[in-house]
Amino acid sequence: MNLKEWIFTTDHKRVGVLYLIGSIAAFAVAGIMAMLMRIELSTIGPTITANPTQYNVWLYTHGAVMILGFQIPALTGFFANYCIPLMIGAKDVAFPRVNALSVWLFYVGVILALLTFFIPDPPDVMWTGYPPYSTITTGNTAMYSFTVLILGFASIIGGVNFLTTVAYMRAPGITLNKLNIFVWCTLAAFVLQLIFVPVLGTAVSLISMDKYLGTNFFDPTKGGDVLTYQNLFWFYSHPAVYVIFLPFIGVVYEIISVHARNAVFNYKMVVYGGVGGIVLLAGEVWVHHLYVSGMADWLRIGQMVTTLLISIPVGLMMIGLIGTLYKGSIAFNTPMLYGLGVVFLFLIGGLTGIPLAVPSLTLGVSDTYYVVGHFHYVMAVAGTFAIFGGVYHWFPKMTGKMYNEFWGKLGFWLTFVGVNIVFWIMMDIGVQGMPRRYYDYAHFPQFESAHQWMTAGAAVLAVGFAIAVLNWIMGAINGKPAGDNPWNSPSLEWTTVSPPPHGNWPSPPAVAEDWHPYGYKKA
Amino acid sequence: MHETIRRGAAGLAALFLSAPAWAAAKAEPAIPDPARDWDRLWNEVIFDITIIGILFAIVTAWFIWQGRRRPGNEVGASPKLSPASAVGWVVIPIFVFLSIDLYTAANGWVLWNTYRDVPDKRLEIKLESGMYSWDYTYPNGVRTQNELVVPAGMPVVLRMTSRDTLHSHYIPDFRVKEDSMPGRITYLWFNPTKPGEHIVTCAEYCGVMHGYMAGRIIVKAPEEYAAWIKGEETKLAAASAPEPAAPAASKPAKPAAKKT
Ligand code: HEM
Ligand SMILES: [Cu+2]
Ligand SMILES: [Cu+2]
Repeated sequence: MNLKEWIFTTDHKRVGVLYLIGSIAAFAVAGIMAMLMRIELSTIGPTITANPTQYNVWLYTHGAVMILGFQIPALTGFFANYCIPLMIGAKDVAFPRVNALSVWLFYVGVILALLTFFIPDPPDVMWTGYPPYSTITTGNTAMYSFTVLILGFASIIGGVNFLTTVAYMRAPGITLNKLNIFVWCTLAAFVLQLIFVPVLGTAVSLISMDKYLGTNFFDPTKGGDVLTYQNLFWFYSHPAVYVIFLPFIGVVYEIISVHARNAVFNYKMVVYGGVGGIVLLAGEVWVHHLYVSGMADWLRIGQMVTTLLISIPVGLMMIGLIGTLYKGSIAFNTPMLYGLGVVFLFLIGGLTGIPLAVPSLTLGVSDTYYVVGHFHYVMAVAGTFAIFGGVYHWFPKMTGKMYNEFWGKLGFWLTFVGVNIVFWIMMDIGVQGMPRRYYDYAHFPQFESAHQWMTAGAAVLAVGFAIAVLNWIMGAINGKPAGDNPWNSPSLEWTTVSPPPHGNWPSPPAVAEDWHPYGYKKA
Repeated sequence: MHETIRRGAAGLAALFLSAPAWAAAKAEPAIPDPARDWDRLWNEVIFDITIIGILFAIVTAWFIWQGRRRPGNEVGASPKLSPASAVGWVVIPIFVFLSIDLYTAANGWVLWNTYRDVPDKRLEIKLESGMYSWDYTYPNGVRTQNELVVPAGMPVVLRMTSRDTLHSHYIPDFRVKEDSMPGRITYLWFNPTKPGEHIVTCAEYCGVMHGYMAGRIIVKAPEEYAAWIKGEETKLAAASAPEPAAPAASKPAKPAAKKT
């Protein structure tokens, strides 16, 4: 393995693997932040730091890096890069060099985010960066703005690339109704990125301009308005949860279909009703993050309705997923455990979101741990399980080797038990009034033991994740040979050798008339 | 009335359409209690999603168990859908989800109106939040910090603003919060029905000491409250008396306008 080859690579698979390595590293760092926060919260008063700002910096880093440095890059960077060209039978992406630029920009962004630990006044503005605090804090808001801008830009150019690739580079015979669900989902995510990232870029640029260049976009004493930022921020950041949700549910569709050896249930319902519906609604629900912000009442009521409507496409996608299990031939190997885990975690996360769509109910629970528990279930944990399951699923393809099933399953069960302890308890104390983003909870002594349970649960799940990552590393070094198609899947990525060579196939693959990525035959 | 709207499970969509009219027609003589209504709606929604969740989970678990790979079941046999049933699987769930959505929305809206329509008989308090305190001003000019004393049985409305960053005046016991910010005035109201003490805690990240930004609502029996506010007023007058020219009576601020 030659380092120079990797640095200058334009091969979509290597770009993908670079994305994977970077995002898992980001996950590790942000995960350590989570552990530090959990330890700090295990007792009332100072536990491991006496400085609230220290906690706030951990929380900022945890949120920003998990979302911008781990989930979005792992899903739209790693999986999209590795899988999409292989799934559509293309040699590479449309613009391989642009692709290389995007992964290196991603590394710049992650390094910038990690510099947080080495500068004197790190950002403490939370991943949302709301003014006026972000414009008056002594923390380094510019760092926040630039991290977001660079990672956003990396993602946009990836988006252009993949839309072009799927539009023009499909192998002959691969019609739109023969695209893997994952491809559909990821394309939809890129469409959302292209539309909405620029708005986020605007928002974070404006706060730095207010802070450093003396403009007054958000300063009401000089004609600005505080709420404008929140509108701009969530105008992007709500669609961003679908940028995470869509690819991760796409990964889960691949996992479940392959390991249940069962065609996706009602393919067109999933694609047009589910994916299409989400794209249509994604931009009209952002106000549900602003239900207690002082928005106009009619907006809160209007977007209550649109937010509740989101349950329709999401429900269709759940029906498609569960339907795919019906009359399947289900193998309980590690990727499938993660896939099935997502179904249950997402069920909890999705349903606990329904009360959060109702403005009057959010008057009670908004900005509490109920919300933190809910979004970890629905996005943070479900998404992470999908990512881990997906890495296991395509591991034999990427390396040509097999991971260890025993350690794989052990890791899964530890994380599964751990996350349920942590995030279920979070929702519970949230309903009882525990607000989020608290370094200390001196006036809520009744929650101390709950916090201790959560810290214990977090330790369990951390061990589970660590086992998974070690399992990959060990498997890549000395796993047993896996063969080209260990899961017996007709999907195109399994028709080439493992790992696939530069260019993917010796000669472009042709598919038969009756071929379908989910057309399983007896082994 | 709340009960009737909840019981009519049959005409869900129709209910939604009638909700605004119903909300407008409601002219309850008694002071509503948003916190109690909140609990009721919350419990109902939690009950509903628990049922839906358990149903989905049981079906999923059943499919998983039925479909486990075993000799004789080496490849899935998912049914090929006819065009009609494929469409049916879209249309029927849409209607089911839609009716649940609209039903929830209608109930949520009714409760929303309770939270936003401030009763006419009320105590108006001005709140200025800042890093890191809640500063209350009573109609007669009395000021308190981090402690709001109110009479039981009298709705209290807070007209809120902030002198620095965002804050959110959250009273868990009254199931209510709303952000305050510079440049705008937001409001919330609550109905302290009986004497007691309630925590106020900040629910919007406002800076380093956000976690310590707490206060109390002290609900006193009306007579005790009257005595307390009288005492405070006298203290205020005494404090401003030494100023030679200004008579104490001119000090209190005008009660805020009645319009919401
Ligand atoms: C797996 C173990 C994890 C644990 C134990 C954990 C723990 C926590 C805790 C304790 C908080 C909030 C504390 C507070 O409000 O003071 C938090 C916030 C957050 N977490 Fe996690 N988390 C985990 C994984 C993730 C993942 C995978 C993501 C990916 C999206 C994520 C995203 C976030 C975000 C966005 C916030 C909110 C940050 C903010 O308030 O600005 N977390 N997490
Ligand atoms: Cu505050
Ligand atoms: Cu605060």
